[in-house]
Amino acid sequence: MKANTILLAAALSLAATGAMAQANCNQFPQQGGEALYNGICQDCHMPDGRGAEGAGHYPALARNPKLAEPGYPISVVTQGLKSMPAFGGAMSDQQIADVVNYVRTHFGNAYKDTVKPEDVKNAR
Amino acid sequence: MKDFANEKWTRRSLLTAIGLAGGTAAMYDAMLSMGYAANSDFSDPITLQGDAKGASVIILGAGIAGMVAAYEMRKAGYKVKILEFNNRPGGRNWSLHAGDSYTDIGGTTQKVDFAPGQYFNPGPWRLPYHHQGILHYCKMLNVPLESFVMYNNAALVHSAGAFGGKPKRFREVAADYEGHISELLAKATSQNKLDDQLDKDEKDGVLQMLKTWGGLDKNYEYRKGDQTSDFRGYDIPPGGGLMPGPVPSDIMPRKELFNSSLWNALYFPKQWDFQGQLFQPKGGMGEIGKAFGKLLDGVIQYDCKVTNIRQDETGVTVTYINSKTGGAPKTEKADWCVNTIPVSVLSQIPMNVGPKMRAAIDSLPYLPAVKVGLQFKRRFWEEDDNIYGGNTYTDQPIFNISYPSHGFFEKGPAVLLGAYIYRSGMRVYNFEALSAQEQIEAALEQGSKIHPQYRAEFMTGVAVAWHRVPWTLGCSGLWNDALREKHYADMCAVDNRIVLAGEHCSRLMAWQEGSVLSALDAITRLHKRVMSA
Ligand SMILES: Cc1cc2nc3c(=O)[nH]c(=O)nc-3n(C[C@H](O)[C@H](O)[C@H](O)COP(=O)(O)OP(=O)(O)OC[C@H]3O[C@@H](n4cnc5c(N)ncnc54)[C@H](O)[C@@H]3O)c2cc1C
Ligand code: HEC
Repeated sequence: MKANTILLAAALSLAATGAMAQANCNQFPQQGGEALYNGICQDCHMPDGRGAEGAGHYPALARNPKLAEPGYPISVVTQGLKSMPAFGGAMSDQQIADVVNYVRTHFGNAYKDTVKPEDVKNAR
Repeated sequence: MKDFANEKWTRRSLLTAIGLAGGTAAMYDAMLSMGYAANSDFSDPITLQGDAKGASVIILGAGIAGMVAAYEMRKAGYKVKILEFNNRPGGRNWSLHAGDSYTDIGGTTQKVDFAPGQYFNPGPWRLPYHHQGILHYCKMLNVPLESFVMYNNAALVHSAGAFGGKPKRFREVAADYEGHISELLAKATSQNKLDDQLDKDEKDGVLQMLKTWGGLDKNYEYRKGDQTSDFRGYDIPPGGGLMPGPVPSDIMPRKELFNSSLWNALYFPKQWDFQGQLFQPKGGMGEIGKAFGKLLDGVIQYDCKVTNIRQDETGVTVTYINSKTGGAPKTEKADWCVNTIPVSVLSQIPMNVGPKMRAAIDSLPYLPAVKVGLQFKRRFWEEDDNIYGGNTYTDQPIFNISYPSHGFFEKGPAVLLGAYIYRSGMRVYNFEALSAQEQIEAALEQGSKIHPQYRAEFMTGVAVAWHRVPWTLGCSGLWNDALREKHYADMCAVDNRIVLAGEHCSRLMAWQEGSVLSALDAITRLHKRVMSA
């Protein structure tokens, strides 16, 4: 837990070891594509995957042709992309498959092929 | 006292040299070990020596880092200009006052309908006494500071799973942990169980200490009575005349206490950053940014969204559009560039820097965080519970309730921090993903487990989720050891005519002091480059 020593220095004092910590707070509890999307992705990509624009932006996942190749969203969710954090450590293969399938079949996306947990496992 | 000024001067030049060689951290370490950063007569953090000959600098972002850079470089003879996305100075140094409104990146607007004079700090809110850099600029700008109450023995510690969910006072938790642990240790010592560790002289000293510090009786027991209530408080405190007190209070049973997680809260006041003294600007943290903005009147061009940054042998060209109306891109050219745009945003802006700096910029996620401000009809925490400022902690997601450190005893509405969510790891994203309305509701729901007065007294609230703040897309750079090792030096290095600065270019994560020290360090190195060009 070496990283913690650094984190302790933060104004926000982030010691993961500690204070008043909630159980297992580094795993997302949500199950199923919709719950995962609403509980996580919606924070930045907004309800309905419409994205948002300010000084920087969150890309729209709605009608996004880059979701055609399932390996891409799997890798983005697992590994992160620039300021999008990596969620691989906080989600099971099943959860990642579910949320990727969800965004690939909602918000104007209608990709037919389904991602399986094994696909995620192989991509980790 | 002879040559005091001179001695200081020499120290400062030495520090500059150390800063150049070792970066900010080395300089800051050196500053502390030389007793410099802690000096109360800290007068001027740097002086850029040598004539800049009117060279021009374009500074991106009017947060603390950008404004420190602009002020110091202007002083050294540079022509300075800042481009800023917002229509106000300060960046994350920001307070929401009665009558303000805030629109997040998703387009949700919250009207801050606080009572006149009330405010909320959605971002920075406290300044430790040893952050002499930011305190220096507060003094320079005549921003009045008042005491920030970090630790209050009357504030509460709460765990849903301990003591039937009934909150305990800090003083009770601290006294009982210390008392029970002292008892165990004193008994082990007096029963010779630690003889292989302690010699005779030490033993007497330790016993004496445990007895006094833990509040133990002559048998080394931590028992209900005047002695322990003097630490943890009385059920009925001592009174006058024929009043009934004192009636001592019950001690929390050892096992139940030790099985709880309440000890976690005791760890805050131990940390250097939070030990105190801490300060807050009167009238809101945003006062610093406002005062800085006034000082730099005419230098800052507001409503400019930077969209492209290009450098070549002749200078740096920055392209921007109006952040409200869009429209045709404009450009601004300068010899040099100090870029304080948070890398969460900067990673999306084309800029021709070398692959190492680019990799550094693209590597850093930002911490999620949510703060909720709640206005109540009256200061029930003071009136009913005798809590004057300070922090309450809970193991519910809201984590932290903080009572205002100002306006004690005032009648009428007051605002407290009803949630400060950043510690619960990945779960913070779940909280950020809620709507502002839902965040306020959660703060009320969880807060009323601690203060039953909440629902009846609530008036209005405001919630800020930092990944939805349009101009930072996150709270602060989330460095860890591995990322630092790989990218930190490249992030901070001067790349031809461009240097980055800001909170993300510091080892003081999510502290304004990091922005100040980063800016000073960056412009010192850039200036050196200019002098040798
Ligand atoms: C929740 C929270 C709690 C904190 N608590 C504390 C605390 O108690 N004490 C403390 O000292 N610090 C605290 N901090 C940290 C402190 O707020 C920051 O370290 C500091 O304010 C950052 O200053 P900066 O100049 O580095 O960046 P910023 O203030 O973010 O300045 C960057 C500027 O760049 C502008 N910008 C962004 N994109 C563009 C663009 N495309 N074009 C033009 N301009 C752009 C932004 O609008 C902004 O004004 C806290 C922060 C948060 C979020
Ligand atoms: C903390 C904010 C944040 C959260 C939460 C988040 N993302 Fe992202 N996401 C981003 C950002 C920022 C980008 C753009 C990165 C870049 O290219 O600069 C992005 C990009 C993406 C992309 C690539 C889009 C493209 O057009 O290239 C996909 C796919 C994606 N995110 C999916 C998800 C999914 C699925 C989730 C939920 C599991 C999620 N994101 C949660 C911030 C976030």
